[in-house]
Amino acid sequence: MALRTIISVLVATFVFVAISSFAEAAGRVTIPEPAKGKGDQCVADTSFMRKNHPSLLNHQRDDTLRKGIRGNEFSLKECVACHAVEGKDAKPVTYENPEHFCRTCHTYVAVKLDCFECHASTPDKKRQANELPKKHPPTNALSSWRDLSAQTCEGG
Amino acid sequence: MSCGNSCNSNTSSRRGFLTSMAASAAGATAGLTLAPGITLFSPAQAKARGKGEAASSKVRWGMLVDANKCDDGCTACVDACADENGWQGEGNPATDAQWIRKVKVTDPGTGKSQSLPMMCQHCEEPPCVDVCPTGASMKRADGIVLVDKHSCIGCRYCMMACPYQARSFVHEPVSGQRTRAPRGKGTVESCTFCVHRVDEGQQPACVEACGGTKRGALTFGDLNDPESEISKKIATYPTQAIRSDLGLKPGVRYMGLDT
Repeated sequence: MALRTIISVLVATFVFVAISSFAEAAGRVTIPEPAKGKGDQCVADTSFMRKNHPSLLNHQRDDTLRKGIRGNEFSLKECVACHAVEGKDAKPVTYENPEHFCRTCHTYVAVKLDCFECHASTPDKKRQANELPKKHPPTNALSSWRDLSAQTCEGG
Repeated sequence: MSCGNSCNSNTSSRRGFLTSMAASAAGATAGLTLAPGITLFSPAQAKARGKGEAASSKVRWGMLVDANKCDDGCTACVDACADENGWQGEGNPATDAQWIRKVKVTDPGTGKSQSLPMMCQHCEEPPCVDVCPTGASMKRADGIVLVDKHSCIGCRYCMMACPYQARSFVHEPVSGQRTRAPRGKGTVESCTFCVHRVDEGQQPACVEACGGTKRGALTFGDLNDPESEISKKIATYPTQAIRSDLGLKPGVRYMGLDT
């Protein structure tokens, strides 16, 4: 029995390594490295934002549009302003460009988003001139997308 | 708080004093306190809401159009609205967006013509809100009627229901939107009273542009505030709501109309 178990493990390991190297050779989709924002830190931890930004944005949009509450922190306008990526012409790229901050990850995970069918995907011209929107206090940030694999998911 | 016909100068000044007292006690976001109970306001500052503060039903935004001051050839309000909200035409006049338009009305009896702007009348009883199947067409607490494009399915019932033909449907993909005025294909849109400006204590773009032409045909303000310019004008001069027979109680009123 013990020998059979050892053989099973060896076979499984071999298959895994073979598949991995095959995937590498075939050119896997590279893990995205979204551009960093302009401020010191996002409005919340990167890991938190990564998981929760859709619900934060959805919640705030209702508050803003329906109740008229302005100036709260989870604003699509601020995301777009802070995470603007400059193209070759030194102007912020639109969502049409694969380099766009939102698009880097959303293409990777194949999640379609329709925010930019109505919303501007580049910052206001006034804001572009001012550069940094506002500074947020530093928190425990994850340095890059890759670090997410080391994190356990929070909540459900 | 209405004092009807019994108002005199004494009660008016007392109201003003109490207002400034209340404002300073509440720590008004804008306004300079000169002494206890005496606060210096500018009209624009007094309207700006604080961060995180919701629109209040204590305010009822409205507009007064003086048709006597509105010239036939002038489109300053329309141009300013198009620029502010980014709805310039796509070259298809039949389907292009039209948040505000100039209308020429002629009395067939006398032949006298008048020109006036027509836009969403921000009704107190908006039929567009009644018919909307998804709740996208909505009225904010301060009386501004909006389309929540997040839930608009583009059925256009509201366009049918509006007696002022104030709403447009976006037929074609849109690009280059203003950050302050999101708009996109498949949704209905209309005048927002420049809600983004109003929330910052500014006037709508059309009102500002009309003032810039020295005509000053448009007055914007709080209909619930008896001290506001618009309330004083409405209380002083004869004004009317268009299609007042429908009982929609529009927030936009007109003065100087012949009929």
